[in-house]
Amino acid sequence: MSVVAERFNRHPNLFIALGFIALGLMFPFFFDSGAGQMQTAVQALAYVAMALGLNLIVGFAGLLDLGYVAFYALGAYTMGWLGSGFFSEAGGGDGLHILVSGQITALPGVHVNFLLVIVAAVIVTTIAGMLIGLPTLRLRGDYIAIVTLAFGEIVGRIAINGDEITVNGTPLTAGRQGITPVDKIKLPGLDQFQALDLRPWYFVALAIVVVVLIVNFRLRDSRLGRAWVAMREDEVAAASMGVPLVKTKLLAYGTGAAFGGVSGAFLASFLNTVNADQFQFSFSIFILAMIILGGLASIWGTVVGAIALSIINFYLIPEVFKNAPQKIGLNFDLTELSFGIFGFLLVIMMVLRPEGLIPERRRKIELHEGVGPTSGVGKTVVEAKG
Amino acid sequence: MTDVATPESSPGATAGEGEPLLLQGDSITKSFGGLVAVDDVSFSIPRRSIVSIIGPNGAGKTTFFNMLTGLYRPTQGRITFDGRNITGRRPDKITAGGMARTFQNIRLFATMSALENVMVGQHTRMKAGLFGSIFRAPWVKHEEERVRDVGREMLAYVGLADDQFEQMAVNLSYGDQRRVEIARALASGPKLLLLDEPTAGMNPQESARLTEFMHKMRDEKDLTILLIEHDMQVVMGVSERITVLDHGQKIAEGKPDEVRANPRVIEAYLGKQGDKEAPDGDDPEREES
Repeated sequence: MSVVAERFNRHPNLFIALGFIALGLMFPFFFDSGAGQMQTAVQALAYVAMALGLNLIVGFAGLLDLGYVAFYALGAYTMGWLGSGFFSEAGGGDGLHILVSGQITALPGVHVNFLLVIVAAVIVTTIAGMLIGLPTLRLRGDYIAIVTLAFGEIVGRIAINGDEITVNGTPLTAGRQGITPVDKIKLPGLDQFQALDLRPWYFVALAIVVVVLIVNFRLRDSRLGRAWVAMREDEVAAASMGVPLVKTKLLAYGTGAAFGGVSGAFLASFLNTVNADQFQFSFSIFILAMIILGGLASIWGTVVGAIALSIINFYLIPEVFKNAPQKIGLNFDLTELSFGIFGFLLVIMMVLRPEGLIPERRRKIELHEGVGPTSGVGKTVVEAKG
Repeated sequence: MTDVATPESSPGATAGEGEPLLLQGDSITKSFGGLVAVDDVSFSIPRRSIVSIIGPNGAGKTTFFNMLTGLYRPTQGRITFDGRNITGRRPDKITAGGMARTFQNIRLFATMSALENVMVGQHTRMKAGLFGSIFRAPWVKHEEERVRDVGREMLAYVGLADDQFEQMAVNLSYGDQRRVEIARALASGPKLLLLDEPTAGMNPQESARLTEFMHKMRDEKDLTILLIEHDMQVVMGVSERITVLDHGQKIAEGKPDEVRANPRVIEAYLGKQGDKEAPDGDDPEREES
């Protein structure tokens, strides 16, 4: 017994992770494979992966990114472009098929193996993440937020108007109509996933989250992770200690964006559509709210925050409390109030527990004891984040 | 650590004392808009020496430091370090080349532990990158352990108690924060250590101990030390050479005794009509602006 206790003390995260995974593995067997709860759970897991990606940028490296939706969009469009009938002229109308099998090979359009699409999504979003990082390199705090916000908007606008942007007569996106249907995931050795059988989707989403978690933990306790935190605390001191600011920032943007891309590609396939209306500014705030609710820079906090907000957004508001307004004699749709409810939750949170549900120990100290005498310029960065 | 000095520059690479030069600045000027903060200062430091820069507040000392460490790019002039031209290089490159510094107002990473601070100091001595860290290869693990050990060693060397290693920097006492800052600088394996007012806020006993410690570091770590200091007791006790800046210009240079007797120095410190007392003993400029 004491051996277990000792191990737990040495690797608490490993044990929490094992518990989390065990719970995650059991969850789908409590519900019907096509149940609404399963739908919520799959989306929640995808959002956990995105929140963890954004946490790496905002929480670890202290770069307030308000345009995270751009990476969701780019990941989703990568899936849409490489796994649907959207480019119907490809291959002279017969379609272009790379490492796919089954009925898909008979369909027109571009159809690429899901694993390759994921790789492509990672590459596209990493590059995009670094590109958006470039103009912010000389900026701090709020100014980074404004530039990234603009980037998110640019990508969103291009998505909406992409049906009129044509290259060789082919539009870039399908705008508000959406690219649909999108290829269902097909993994080697397994049948193509079905829209009404959600368990396989769930396990893939869980696998993505586990991988993202491992990457997060390993990076946090590494040379790079320390450099991120050092940079967040005091850029000048970090540079003077040998941290190359440009490279370190770009790695944060790139890595964080890649998670958004993977998750976006997965969601595109799961939701069976890549629709420009999905990629609005409010989505960036939604993901950011998850992190703040859970605890900025805290990995487990981010997981809890993402699950909590997803459940509220996809289950509690539209299903459980759907009829609450009617019951008290009001006539409106509760989902229209979603963002009001999130905002209210955040305000409550800021008053009662500003460090989040599961705070990171550093943030806790900052918020409760002040940043103290050793902080010079770093302080402005911290303030800007709050 | 590479020690191959590319002899692209360094004309006359020996100083008066016969030691080769580690750092050399030629006509360095820095102006911020119309304000000339450092005006045509030439300067050299022999290896294994302890050199001080003194001067009244606003004389341009810290600006000078910031140019050496790459935080500012000189408007004019050229800085040669260890045989290489480092003028306007990035701070992290300069650190990698063997220069490390502390700050006038302590700038530790407040919410990192003392040990983590010192580990960040070794950033340029590590190789692990993004993928190395994600896959945590055996060599990456070894590197982490090595860096942790070196970190502990450095903290012990500067005299931080064992039980403070895991304390967050912000929770350490002022004196311990100063210690950790020096440890963090030492951890990068410097040839030249720049200390910006290391005794600020210390009492005379602590200052004396630090003076002793500077000698110890120089001898044991094979260091060259350049310090900005206001406490004349410390300056006169520790320096082999002193450079005096006033209004951005170098007004005197030499051994402590020479500088002490220099009328221009006395004038700069005490004003033109001041009495003839030399500026040692009590420090008129102790309070920072």
